[in-house]
Amino acid sequence: MTSNRLPNRGRVDHGKPVRFTFDGKALQGLAGDTLASALLANGIHLMGRSFKYHRPRGVVSAGSDEPNALMGTRRGAGQFEPNTRATIQELRDGLEATSQNRWPGLGFDVGAVNDHLGSLFSAGFYYKTFMWPRAFWDRVYEPVIRGAAGLGVSPTESDADSYASRFAHTDVLIIGAGPAGLAAALAAGRSGAAVMLVDETAEPGGSLLSEPDVVIDGKPAWDWLAATLAELAALPNVTILTRTTAIGYYHQNMIGLAQRLTDHLDTVPAGAPRERMWKVRANQVVLTQGALEKPLVFDGNDRPGVMLAGAAQTYLNRYGVKVGDRPVIVTSHDSAWYTAFDLAEAGAKPVAIVDVRTDVAGALTDRAREHGIETLIGRTVTGTSGRLRVSSIRVNRVENGKATTPRDIACDTVLMCGGWTPCLHLFSHTKGSLAWDDELKAFLPGHRTEAVHIAGAGRGLWGIASVLADGAAAGTQAALDAGRDATEHAHTVEADRPGTGITVKELPTDRDPGKAKAFIDFQNDVTAKDIRLAVREGMRSIEHVKRYTTNGMATDQGKMSNINGLMIASDALGKAPPQVGLTTFRPPYTPTTFGTFAGYHKDATFELTRKTPIDPWAEAHGAAFEPVALWRRAWYFPKPGEDMHAAVRRECQATRASVGMFDASTLGKIEVAGPDAVTFMERMYTNPWAKLGVGRSRYGLLLGEDGFIRDDGVIGRLGPDLFHVTTTTGGAARVLNMMEDYLQTEWPDLQVWLTSTTEQWATVALQGPNARKLLEPFVEGLDITAEAFPHMAAAECTVAGFPARLFRVSFTGELGFEVNVPARHGLALWEKLWEAGQQYDVCAYGTETMHVLRAEKGYIVVGQDTDGTLTPADAGLTWAIGKKKPDFVGKRSLSRPDMVAPGRKQLVGLLTDDPTVVLQEGAQIVADPNQPKPMKMLGHVTSSYWSDAVGRSIAMAVITDGHAREGETLYIPMPHHILTAKVVKNTVFYDPENTRLSA
Amino acid sequence: MLLIHCPYCEQDLPELEFAYAGEAHIARPADPSKLTDEEWRDFLFIRTNPRGVHFERWRHINGCARFFNAARETVSDRFLLTYKAGEPRPDVAKLTGVAQ
Ligand SMILES: [Zn+2]
Repeated sequence: MTSNRLPNRGRVDHGKPVRFTFDGKALQGLAGDTLASALLANGIHLMGRSFKYHRPRGVVSAGSDEPNALMGTRRGAGQFEPNTRATIQELRDGLEATSQNRWPGLGFDVGAVNDHLGSLFSAGFYYKTFMWPRAFWDRVYEPVIRGAAGLGVSPTESDADSYASRFAHTDVLIIGAGPAGLAAALAAGRSGAAVMLVDETAEPGGSLLSEPDVVIDGKPAWDWLAATLAELAALPNVTILTRTTAIGYYHQNMIGLAQRLTDHLDTVPAGAPRERMWKVRANQVVLTQGALEKPLVFDGNDRPGVMLAGAAQTYLNRYGVKVGDRPVIVTSHDSAWYTAFDLAEAGAKPVAIVDVRTDVAGALTDRAREHGIETLIGRTVTGTSGRLRVSSIRVNRVENGKATTPRDIACDTVLMCGGWTPCLHLFSHTKGSLAWDDELKAFLPGHRTEAVHIAGAGRGLWGIASVLADGAAAGTQAALDAGRDATEHAHTVEADRPGTGITVKELPTDRDPGKAKAFIDFQNDVTAKDIRLAVREGMRSIEHVKRYTTNGMATDQGKMSNINGLMIASDALGKAPPQVGLTTFRPPYTPTTFGTFAGYHKDATFELTRKTPIDPWAEAHGAAFEPVALWRRAWYFPKPGEDMHAAVRRECQATRASVGMFDASTLGKIEVAGPDAVTFMERMYTNPWAKLGVGRSRYGLLLGEDGFIRDDGVIGRLGPDLFHVTTTTGGAARVLNMMEDYLQTEWPDLQVWLTSTTEQWATVALQGPNARKLLEPFVEGLDITAEAFPHMAAAECTVAGFPARLFRVSFTGELGFEVNVPARHGLALWEKLWEAGQQYDVCAYGTETMHVLRAEKGYIVVGQDTDGTLTPADAGLTWAIGKKKPDFVGKRSLSRPDMVAPGRKQLVGLLTDDPTVVLQEGAQIVADPNQPKPMKMLGHVTSSYWSDAVGRSIAMAVITDGHAREGETLYIPMPHHILTAKVVKNTVFYDPENTRLSA
Repeated sequence: MLLIHCPYCEQDLPELEFAYAGEAHIARPADPSKLTDEEWRDFLFIRTNPRGVHFERWRHINGCARFFNAARETVSDRFLLTYKAGEPRPDVAKLTGVAQ
């Protein structure tokens, strides 16, 4: 393996070798390398295969815009990342990198057959090829595409790393620590403003790291950089964050920063987070993100060894790596000439500089001649050759815009430059407008919507002197706008490399352009001819061209490809670029790990789990749990050997035979208090409340103003001015919000106070014929005999020595009580009742049994048997409406024409013809099972259970005109058979006379 | 993430503390039974949905829990001002300098 490392050059530590592997091969780089620079130092250009055609690809760039050198990287178990950009990933000891999109190997890849089937995969192939026949999609296209394509491989283990997040506020946030950003930071920092300066790479400096020969303020660039960083470090008001990418620019100057903390470390300190998301609110933002170099578009511009000239300069000067010995430079901009000169001075032998312009500054051509480099001005490139590495380039003369005489030039690298695109992605996130500059052939920042300043190459300037001055001015202005006193400082620059260039469409060729593989978007394998095909096939808007060709839709969001694609589309359309327009940039600026977005919200802290005071008892007694809203609720209590069905049958039988205990603490509870409490209740709920006596309770039904059922629950009147409202478990917050809304904004004159008391009370339900016997000995200050405390009675008393609110209420059809005690006593109350209940063979039951018992009685669950489109009449609840009330929320809607028209879905019971069949909840119901598909659905099953008490299966369903279908047979088509069931209007399947609950 | 000024707390606070609550200045009729079906439909469902200044309700739900009103420019998403529930609808021309 040849070494392309140049001794004593670059900012790498030549005394610190670092071991790593690439596709299993052991290699060595240096501390300070990126993975890409280390591979290049080992003579490796071939770093991956392309996404669609599986063409061999080499590294193109030296930054986060890299489309080709995407690799899998791994540190250990649960620490595999696909699509790591080798140009960003710093080398660390033991780094394992693997190439992607190839099988069996990078050098020989079966999938490369796609490259020869190119015509099949042309623009729009997703839309054209795979539309028909349908079966082909399932059996052929999708499996083949999934197998052959895909960008890397998703990790299969859960992420072993931890992630952090942090908020920050600052006067001035500067994004990009190149010369403009550093000058801005000096200016703002010296003013005393709080400054954050961030850069996505490992080290501040930007282009200065690739331009060591520039002299600033009398010092060589790197000395000036060191002095500047020392001054900034000494300012307590300045914070510098490296390895930190500004991924999104949100409203009111909020910026998301993704900071990489440990991926570069040889060993990770225990507990250190891998990445941190910063949410920064800045008074002023300064964007100094520089410009992105464009490739030139010619046949074979994607061959390994063909790369951006600026990247080659960076590898040379920053990393001490010579990317080739005999490069040919192809350019439309002066900047690439300096790359050639730097390489020549470092010992490489640049063969030729091909400039597509007809006019190049004499100083450049003179200097090339001094280095013995051939200059070919006004030429075009029409091809390259070499299988896994470029070996020659085909250069033609151009006459009247047409390529003529070709000539092959042997080389080992091609360094291209198609000009520079101001990096305005973040600015675009703010919906700031872009203005086309026809001279620069670039979009520049136009109208601003935020307090933002753009300086340097990001607004089309070129050369260190001009961007330093611009950065200093922007930093000064930002500090002034943030209310600081700031004075601008000037910088002197010698040995600068100013320059100009042009932007062109694909280069002219003497060959069939239909056969050219002239790539625009390397990551998505989009060529110039794809863009022209899209225009020929009728795409007019750049947004359509983008979606048809997928140009710019890869993870790099077209950082390299957007302007080249636009130049070609505008040429094909015969319109000026600004009339064709630019596609929208969206956050994140670069691909960002899910972990960074999740931050601390993973595993146990992903989502809150609410537990009742009785939860520890349920856990100790082997409960199976289910999530209900954010609560974890005991679902059933299996005994050894029992499955859910066996446990639920036992719990149901025990409750109906003697007594069951149920933790109902999750019920939403709202205290409605105040002199106008009864008026408020009259207006909110459908039921009448004025005549409900103190010490009584009532089922309450809540509608939306649209007349649909929103919630329900038992509501007790504990005093003239005090209601204890219960809501569904999941509806508590919604109901309180709705009550507050009406109270604050519609009836602010009412003297009512609303308090959420859900978590203040633990609620134990005792249900079954022995419920009173069990409870009675514990009750003080209240007679709970059947006569003194009838069904729906409510009172405050003492239970087991605890202050309690006691309700005689039944959600099972049995004699029942619900005991509310302060939450801190809930577990003690439960344990006392449990102990005393042993003499009655008391049974703890969970939510599944609760559901069976309530369904046997036809009690609905709002949200399960209703879906937000059922009126009280639809649900058979007209009895819950106070007929004499002049108004309540939703009343007016109940007489709207649509609400009384035939054809509404209504809640009914369903009894299967085979009583042993339990219908599936959610199953669709039809009138005629033989009708052609798609069948007309009449409705669906909402609740369905096996009922021991009834001796058969029972179900509820919402069915079109259900109430008029008593006795009708309907059909429930299942995947392999059709079930039949009869409609019953009365959904009370068990004890319809209510003798048991009145006991 | 927007910063929203709560007129009760008198502070600019992050959007996360607030919940949107629909269009503002749509008062519930004092006696809904007097409304025709069409009038009641309009009260329930018909909203202005403007391109421009929108008067809307927000609730400082993870703060003081009060409902309040806001004028927000729907193109830029920018809040022009917020004010307490019950206060009159501000003049758009005064907010934006242009008549709507
Ligand atoms: Zn507030």
